[in-house]
Amino acid sequence: MLSYLFKRIYSLIPVLFVVSVAIFLIVHITPGDPAAIILGMEATEEQIASLNEEMGLNEPIVKQYLLWVGGVLQGDFGQSYFMKEPVLDSILSHLGPTISLAILAEIVALIIAIPIGIFAAYRRGSFTDHTLMVATLLGMAVPSFLLGLLLMLSFGVYLQWLPIAGYKPLTEGLWTHLRYLILPALSLGAIQAALVARMTRSSMLEVLNKNYVKTARSKGVKEHKVITKHALRNAFLPILTVIGQSFGTLVTGAVVVETIFNLPGLGQLIINSIERRDFAVIQGIVLFVTLIYVFINLIVDLLYGVIDPRVRLERK
Amino acid sequence: MAAVKEVDRVRTIKASLKKQERQLFFRRFFANKLMVMGCFIFIVLGLIALIGPMLVSYDPYEMKVAERLNAPSGEHWLGTDEFGRDLLTRIVYGAQVSMGIGLIVTLISSILGLVIGLYASYYAALDHILMRICDGLMAIPGILLAIALMAALGPSPLNVIIALSIVFTPNIARIVRSSALVIREQTFIEAMHAQGASATRIIWQHIAPNTISPLIVQATFVFAEAIISEAALSFLGAGIAAPDPSWGNILQAGKLVIFKAWWMVVFPGLAIVLSVLGLNLLGDGLRDFIDPHSSGKKSK
Repeated sequence: MLSYLFKRIYSLIPVLFVVSVAIFLIVHITPGDPAAIILGMEATEEQIASLNEEMGLNEPIVKQYLLWVGGVLQGDFGQSYFMKEPVLDSILSHLGPTISLAILAEIVALIIAIPIGIFAAYRRGSFTDHTLMVATLLGMAVPSFLLGLLLMLSFGVYLQWLPIAGYKPLTEGLWTHLRYLILPALSLGAIQAALVARMTRSSMLEVLNKNYVKTARSKGVKEHKVITKHALRNAFLPILTVIGQSFGTLVTGAVVVETIFNLPGLGQLIINSIERRDFAVIQGIVLFVTLIYVFINLIVDLLYGVIDPRVRLERK
Repeated sequence: MAAVKEVDRVRTIKASLKKQERQLFFRRFFANKLMVMGCFIFIVLGLIALIGPMLVSYDPYEMKVAERLNAPSGEHWLGTDEFGRDLLTRIVYGAQVSMGIGLIVTLISSILGLVIGLYASYYAALDHILMRICDGLMAIPGILLAIALMAALGPSPLNVIIALSIVFTPNIARIVRSSALVIREQTFIEAMHAQGASATRIIWQHIAPNTISPLIVQATFVFAEAIISEAALSFLGAGIAAPDPSWGNILQAGKLVIFKAWWMVVFPGLAIVLSVLGLNLLGDGLRDFIDPHSSGKKSK
């Protein structure tokens, strides 16, 4: 197990190196002088020169990269030129809504998807099964930002059941917090739900034909117990992987959905930073979310190795 | 005389076998109703993008303030937008932009991905470098990478194409590489080596054709993803800038008038969903068609 752990972590090093180089280079592919772009049209030559100096843009590019990476490794993501504060501080102060949204979306997705998947597998080939599967196909074709708009239109504008924009932190009460997050979480969770439902269905189908399920049935175990105890437990491992890997996707998706519902999360921060040409913040967010994404996948992989020893041996 | 007869007999058997094969092909093709439907949706949308602009009678750019935000009517089938422009016209011209960008991105990333994947599978040293780069790029969430690239490059159709091609090329390269690796290990490639065939010849004449089917399946999904990504970028204000119409920026405008004009959100949204659904159905169907064993698993 320990050697698997080391191998897995070791294999991350080149990935993280490429990630850092790619994100670092983003600022340097800007056509023209980054400092001039940040300062805008009215900037004087001296201002541009001094900003270049301040941001270290006059140094050789390799040195700039090393300085930047060195900073990141010590938790210093640079300074936001616009907000005059460390990038990491702005990221952390915008992290709450994004994480809340991602977690809630995952919960919503699972509540919808797992029962649907089990039911569709149980009634394989029936009309209900087909209808549900077509619904999941449709679910995967609606991008989250579009679903967000449609939900906003129906529940916010016409029915007026739920607020369509804004955010209340958890400290103002759980219900108030959730009310503002339900629509965003639904829009974000729907694609996830469609995926998990399909995965649950196919995984259940595989298991339902197994001999131990037949045995359970023939010895007279009640049907719901066959499904929950004998089938679902064995079908759960692949479902668990999909759930684990999806969390990173949800954090990214949250970034897009937030901007629709005006949640003050990382998404809003990155969009505002585009307008302000605040490259340090853009770099910081992309790097930060990528790190979350990579490490969640690492943890899922390791957990998978713990649960199923075959994985450890296979993936070399 | 007998020999001639024999030849004739073989010929007829061969012909009838060919015919059976063809029939089987069509039967299998049409047996997958969802794929046929996806194909149909996609062709219709493609035709709308191609010849639609000749059929609509309004100018997509001309603003008529008096007619702003009119509901759908006989005159404006899908209503008008916040500047009084006919929404149907905007969506039809938008189809050209959105699907066009999707298509170009798919073509570019398919070609680059094919070249990278093939050469990576053939030269071990190159493989290490190229695949680490692909892994790294794929580790960065696609839409974030695209947003960051657009922030640096500035909004324009060309830059959207560049940004999305960077996002999707590694995806295709990985698929091509993994199927090329399997081919590379087979005996006939070894035989080619023994005969002294050049690397270029082995790669392009013998490995490449065997990677095309998985490539096409993946390209269909990339096409769908590219349409979604372009819409997302334009919706976020980092893609196609107004006044040029794209499905994403019509939605962006629609969000601002969501209280007054539902049609500004529903119709461009419908266009996006239909095109993505059509491509996903087509891709799923093609995958089952090419490899019947793989049904039910969606590769990402």
